[in-house]
Amino acid sequence: MLHIYCPHCDEHREEEEFRPKGEAHIARPTEPEKTSDEDWGNYLFFRKNPRGLHHEQWFHAAGCRKFFNVTRDTVTYEILETYKVGQQPAVTAESRKRQASDQGAAK
Amino acid sequence: MSEFAIFNAHPTVAVQAESPLAISRTTVATAATPEGAGVCLRERALLGHLILRGSFADEAFRTGVEAALGVPLPQSMGRVSRDAARGVSVQWMSPDEWLVVVPPGEDYAVELRLRQALSGHYAVMQVSGAQTLLELSGPAAREVLMKSAGYDFHPRNFPVGKGISTTFAKSTAVIRRVGEAEWELIIRRSFADYLYRWLLDASEEFGIFVAR
Ligand SMILES: [Zn+2]
Repeated sequence: MLHIYCPHCDEHREEEEFRPKGEAHIARPTEPEKTSDEDWGNYLFFRKNPRGLHHEQWFHAAGCRKFFNVTRDTVTYEILETYKVGQQPAVTAESRKRQASDQGAAK
Repeated sequence: MSEFAIFNAHPTVAVQAESPLAISRTTVATAATPEGAGVCLRERALLGHLILRGSFADEAFRTGVEAALGVPLPQSMGRVSRDAARGVSVQWMSPDEWLVVVPPGEDYAVELRLRQALSGHYAVMQVSGAQTLLELSGPAAREVLMKSAGYDFHPRNFPVGKGISTTFAKSTAVIRRVGEAEWELIIRRSFADYLYRWLLDASEEFGIFVAR
């Protein structure tokens, strides 16, 4: 069972209260009529399925009924951060790589 | 005889058979008086319930609501503003949503007061028919909540005055702590029968008195 911090309720809640809602940060093409079928198809249907770090949307179904974003490791299930829609993640593949190389340099 | 795997659905071992309607029959033994009962359950039927939506950052909205209701508008999760003498409460439900509960028959007048006090981007919805309020009290009331939901009901996490919305008995409920051993549950109409019977069943072991 995951223990998830809702950034709107400002509290950790049981996973049972939430629903996963797929990949986060998908921008809708600003000019749909000028978007190619391939780009539109990619926007509508194609989703990342990474092994490791992933930015996802979650929905606090039994609580505040708001969407928010989660940075989660799909291998360990560890939740690294949660943040509101419209905000950017602090933990990214790049930030993790930087952290790993900083640690390597310190040794 | 063909080679089918068959079995006798009525074994001779002593297993109590139950009709699909077994749970519909009230078999819970309720106490005749509240004395000695671990749990006291009472429905506060036909209260006025209103959902209010707007922006907390909008000062005109906030002051308008407070003028119309006479209690402060709560800003964050867990907060419930209450005027017990007038039977009015306002609970934070989400960053732009509040639940207003008023005495029976007062919801229309309160809605009119809100609409007169507010303008611009806001909404007031009458949901009195969609839900009902149950009072759960007594020394074992917290035990019943702990049996029914995964939320942390320890006084450290759930002080008097707090209100939340969470999963409850595989359904959902709004749960508010009114006093040391007094709680309120606001449940949906479509789940009311199920949750009421759930509460009777979950409370049976502590002794339950149903107040009418
Ligand atoms: Zn929430």
